[in-house]
Amino acid sequence: MSDTADPRLLRAPPKKGIRLSWTDERLRGIVWQLLVVGLVGGIIWWLVSNTAHNLEVRRIATGWGFLNREAGLPIGESLIDYNPTNTYSRALLVGVLNTLKVAVVGIILATILGTLIGIARLSKNWLLSRLAATYIEVIRDLPLLLQLLFWYVILQGLPAPRQSLNPMTGVFLSNRGLKLPWVQWQDAHSFALLGLVAGIVATFLYARSARAKRMTDGQPRKVWPVGLGLILGLPLLIWAALGAPWQGDIPALRGFNFQGGLTVTPEYFALLLGLVTYTAGFIAEIVRAGIQSVPQGQWEAAEALGLQRGRIMRQIVLPQALRVIIPPMTSQYLNLTKNSSLAVAIGYQDIVSISNTTLNQTGQAIEGIAIIMAVYLCISLSISLFMNWYNARIALVER
Amino acid sequence: MSATMDTAAHLSSAARTDGPPAILMDKVNKWYGALHVLRDINLSVAQGERVVVCGPSGSGKSTMIRCINRLEQHQEGRIVVDNIELTDDLRSLDAIRREVGMVFQSFNLFPHLTILENCTLAPIWVRRMPKKEAEALAMEYLTRVKIPEQANKYPGQLSGGQQQRVAIARALCMKPKIMLFDEPTSALDPEMIKEVLDTMVMLADTGMTMICVTHEMGFARQVADRVVFMDRGEIVESGVPEQLFNDPKTERLKTFLSQILRGH
Repeated sequence: MSDTADPRLLRAPPKKGIRLSWTDERLRGIVWQLLVVGLVGGIIWWLVSNTAHNLEVRRIATGWGFLNREAGLPIGESLIDYNPTNTYSRALLVGVLNTLKVAVVGIILATILGTLIGIARLSKNWLLSRLAATYIEVIRDLPLLLQLLFWYVILQGLPAPRQSLNPMTGVFLSNRGLKLPWVQWQDAHSFALLGLVAGIVATFLYARSARAKRMTDGQPRKVWPVGLGLILGLPLLIWAALGAPWQGDIPALRGFNFQGGLTVTPEYFALLLGLVTYTAGFIAEIVRAGIQSVPQGQWEAAEALGLQRGRIMRQIVLPQALRVIIPPMTSQYLNLTKNSSLAVAIGYQDIVSISNTTLNQTGQAIEGIAIIMAVYLCISLSISLFMNWYNARIALVER
Repeated sequence: MSATMDTAAHLSSAARTDGPPAILMDKVNKWYGALHVLRDINLSVAQGERVVVCGPSGSGKSTMIRCINRLEQHQEGRIVVDNIELTDDLRSLDAIRREVGMVFQSFNLFPHLTILENCTLAPIWVRRMPKKEAEALAMEYLTRVKIPEQANKYPGQLSGGQQQRVAIARALCMKPKIMLFDEPTSALDPEMIKEVLDTMVMLADTGMTMICVTHEMGFARQVADRVVFMDRGEIVESGVPEQLFNDPKTERLKTFLSQILRGH
């Protein structure tokens, strides 16, 4: 800490030897450490040798050869091309992607819903804050599995495709899921999508330069008209320049079920709904606690300076609240991801469901469980790493 | 109401009585639930006048000055600040908060911003001042409160007295016409009280309109044009410091003064 160069302060600490006596603190510490290492090592050795012995006695093959065999297991929904003649490795990849599909969308929606409910909980509007409080209590106090089954049963209770609800042209809601109109995807659409991403990045850059310009001349600039133009205009322009292809893919009833269109299966929908509503209850409390952790005096001082409420929120309260919010938020994201394994209860084919089937068919339980563990470990570590990076990025310097 | 009405006679040379009052409170009442915390407050502060408000804790001093920039809302009566009446209209609120600076008992500096950023935040975002200009202004006021060398530190690195002086500089950067002080020295260690009071005396010498809730009787004697004594939500007595302290008219003020003096 101190930058003083006084040599007396730089003196090294005295060296201490170990006495060979049970009353020596350091000797005792080393003995305990050795005991713990020995114990843990012994348990691991026992588990491994016991398992190897049992596998041998029961003549169960080990190894990863099964991954290249034909899976022969049907999967209801997949983000990539898949049919039962594909290999186990491809089936497992479908499972991983299905898990990611529900986890990523779930984390985004739960964050939005949870933040809104957390803010509603703090509202001065009595009805709104009571409603939010009731929601939080009910959702947090019921087991997630029960809630997932609840949503699944509700979705199963919807009418059959022939009698499906048809709130808008091309939109059908039945016990086979939600059918939405879509377009037949072409390259022009992919480029338009790239345009959208470019528009968002450009808006971000524009907002930054507007802020920088404001710092030099003090004049505020409206960002939203330019942003709207960039985000909507750019993809539309690209799409039009490439000939504006538009071939609708409208779902239509054929026989007992729908053909075409975009499908949200009841299993996915129930799982997503359950995970999002459940996790949002916890996120709401985290957001509330974070905002309340900023002393009232900070609001008052900023208000007394004439700052607007939105500006106070952005520049005074949120920066201080986020450092309280981010660490527990990471836990909730991890929880949501791991809770998605309850998919197996309502028949959504995530990595757990597909690994289970795989290990039932091949008998290779150890490999199956190892795959599940490895997948969740990878996803969880990625979330943790990202959130830790974000936390470090927004960390406040206070001294 | 036994309050002695103010006359122009004991106003400081800085105070101008000819123009409209800087602050006018007319029969102001406020309740917290059923608790009547401000009772028929009548107070007129001339431009450039320095008023010290004292009274036992819970007497409504803080509530009264917090009503002036509407950190608290009064429920009855009229408050006019700098010719703008305080209403629910957000524009009048913004206008008033730009003209009224406030210093709090617990400093309330923004801990995640440097001293300089604390001072430039409002000029940039409220006064629409270019950053360079706001920084030059901030350095000017930080120099005036004698801590320019701390500009790039964070509030947590400063002593209480230094933090409170930054809070004063931060408020001054908005170039307010009126300054409110809510017990600015109550949270300070004794050896730091003087540096903050000195800063306030210096500010008083510039002719700033000031209302200051404080128990620092020395400060009141030195700079106040008028002392207002409050008890149980009402103004009990008011007058020039000498008269009020040496010749209290009411039993309540006598009791209060004896308690204060015993403490010193």
